Amino acid sequence: MAEPVFAPWADPNEKPLIQFKGVTKRFGDFVAIDNLTQDIFAQEFFALLGPSGCGKTTMMRMLAGFETPTEGQILIAGQDMAGVPPNKRAVNMMFQSYALFPHLSVAENIAFGLKREGMPKGNIDDRVKEMLRLTRLERFAQRKPHQISGGQRQRVALARSLAKAPKLLLLDEPLGALDAKLRQQTQFELMDIQEKTGTTFVIVTHDQEEAMTVASRVAVMDEGRIMQVATPAEIYEQPNSVYVADFIGDVNIIEGTATPEGKGYDVAWAEGQRPFHAETDKSFSKDQRCFLAMRPEKVAISTDEPEARNRVQGKIIDIAYLGNLSTYHVELPGGTMMKAQTANTRRLSRRALTWEDQVWLSWTDTAAVMLEG
Amino acid sequence: MKRFSAFNAVSLTLGFAFLYLPMLILVIYSFNSSKLVTVWAGFSTRWYGELLQNEAFLDAAWVTIRVAVVSSTIATVLGTMAALVLVRAGRFAGRTLFSGMIYAPLVMPEVITGLSLLLLFIGIGLDRGVLTIILAHTTFSMCYVSVVVSSRLVSFDRSLEEAALDLGCTPFQAFRLVTLPIIAPAVISGWLLAFTLSLDDLVIASFTAGPSATTLPIKIFSAVRLGVSPEINALSTIMIGIVTVGVITASLISKRATLRQQAEEQAAIRA
Repeated sequence: MAEPVFAPWADPNEKPLIQFKGVTKRFGDFVAIDNLTQDIFAQEFFALLGPSGCGKTTMMRMLAGFETPTEGQILIAGQDMAGVPPNKRAVNMMFQSYALFPHLSVAENIAFGLKREGMPKGNIDDRVKEMLRLTRLERFAQRKPHQISGGQRQRVALARSLAKAPKLLLLDEPLGALDAKLRQQTQFELMDIQEKTGTTFVIVTHDQEEAMTVASRVAVMDEGRIMQVATPAEIYEQPNSVYVADFIGDVNIIEGTATPEGKGYDVAWAEGQRPFHAETDKSFSKDQRCFLAMRPEKVAISTDEPEARNRVQGKIIDIAYLGNLSTYHVELPGGTMMKAQTANTRRLSRRALTWEDQVWLSWTDTAAVMLEG
Repeated sequence: MKRFSAFNAVSLTLGFAFLYLPMLILVIYSFNSSKLVTVWAGFSTRWYGELLQNEAFLDAAWVTIRVAVVSSTIATVLGTMAALVLVRAGRFAGRTLFSGMIYAPLVMPEVITGLSLLLLFIGIGLDRGVLTIILAHTTFSMCYVSVVVSSRLVSFDRSLEEAALDLGCTPFQAFRLVTLPIIAPAVISGWLLAFTLSLDDLVIASFTAGPSATTLPIKIFSAVRLGVSPEINALSTIMIGIVTVGVITASLISKRATLRQQAEEQAAIRA
């Protein structure tokens, strides 16, 4: 029997933990957040993803109470947060710089928030021990922050922000300072800790891979607006705009005009070339301008002409060899560039394709997503 | 390693002789047993002993120390507050003007500072004494404290305070538990600087001191006008000692803080 899928956002009876209601934030003339409405549910791992300056950090700082909305309302557990200072919110934050107190030891850093609560000493010690165990820092309890490594500091910051058992934990680019390998390992640790503690996590990141790995839902942001909110798979497979398709992962975007055909549309993309066909639920009027978004790994590359309806011949201009994968940059007639990706399951010497080769690219009718813009 | 050439040795000797020879002579003659300042008659600590019998000098010394402790403490509080506002408060009308004005007293001729304070005290009818010297010293030393503290605050990571607020501190608790301990070395150096400045000051003190209270530098200066006595040499030697200890302590505190941080960072890298 399959476990029920965690998807509180799909349940109309579920009450959201966080509600943004028509929130706008301006800094002088600059609009950081533009009339934003969004619900986040308890126990979600919600990722705010976007380029720098898109407003994701401002959203988080408003949740923590460091910024107040210019207009609109933010509710946490149904309570309006207007006028509630940061120290009175059941929200904790893990800072990008970790913001560990340099004059306190690891254990004292973790105990800091508990002491402010006026928790009895014995309980504080127990809680600190528990957090140290959770983040595997037992050996470093008495060290000062600059006596431990970057990855350990990051775990101290996490332990400190989790110590007060907040309803909501905010993580601001938490893994930015770690190298790739440690980052990956920490992402899984984060997910594990989130599951164990049942805390709602909101993470801000500009690293799309990180957002995809950890999040239950990803919000892709641009210029103070949320462009799309969906599960990582949906965001990747069913982007709702060229911006989202382009922001997440690698993508081929081909512009053309639509003509209804079968279960989808034929898209005329270049003079004198066979149109591409794509199936979609969306409706386009005849000759409407549209975009086809195709992931490179869904485009097959071959030397012989394939059977598929969507096929086109081109010349290999560039090959990016990534070890496990190779990406071929193929120039189509008319100069359009298209990327095709294959897994390198064979040894390098056995692979036939090389620069300047004439090749065929092909894909299925459902591989491309049709977008309006 | 570059060889230490004869030229370097000569210039170093000349430079330091120029700086320290006068003081060295003073220190040596303070141990002179003769009453005549310029004639060496053997080693003795006699003048130090006599100094301890001299009520007027001891009174002046006591006034000087009280003034220095109180004024440098007030100056440290005010200077730290000023630094916090100027570094932290973001943009407000006249911020540039204010930051410029906090530094202006550093270059203001002391005679002018002293004179204006004197006029103020006469204007408001405040009798000149210990209180007026304290006020005057606070005024001119707080900008030094402010400069020292604000240079530390500029590099202070604001998110540390935000983290404290986030973990349940009120803004005042955040300052007391996080900001203050971290900037403490700068605050202490600021205090020591203010203390030393107050201890040394002659010009401003002579404008603001009254018949009821005289500081040591004033006392020495007026005593010397009647002729240099070996007692003054002894007194000056003690003051050189105090100032030297103060300055060395101040620089050691900041040096040790930096060294410790470096050592710990290196330990972290090795670990």
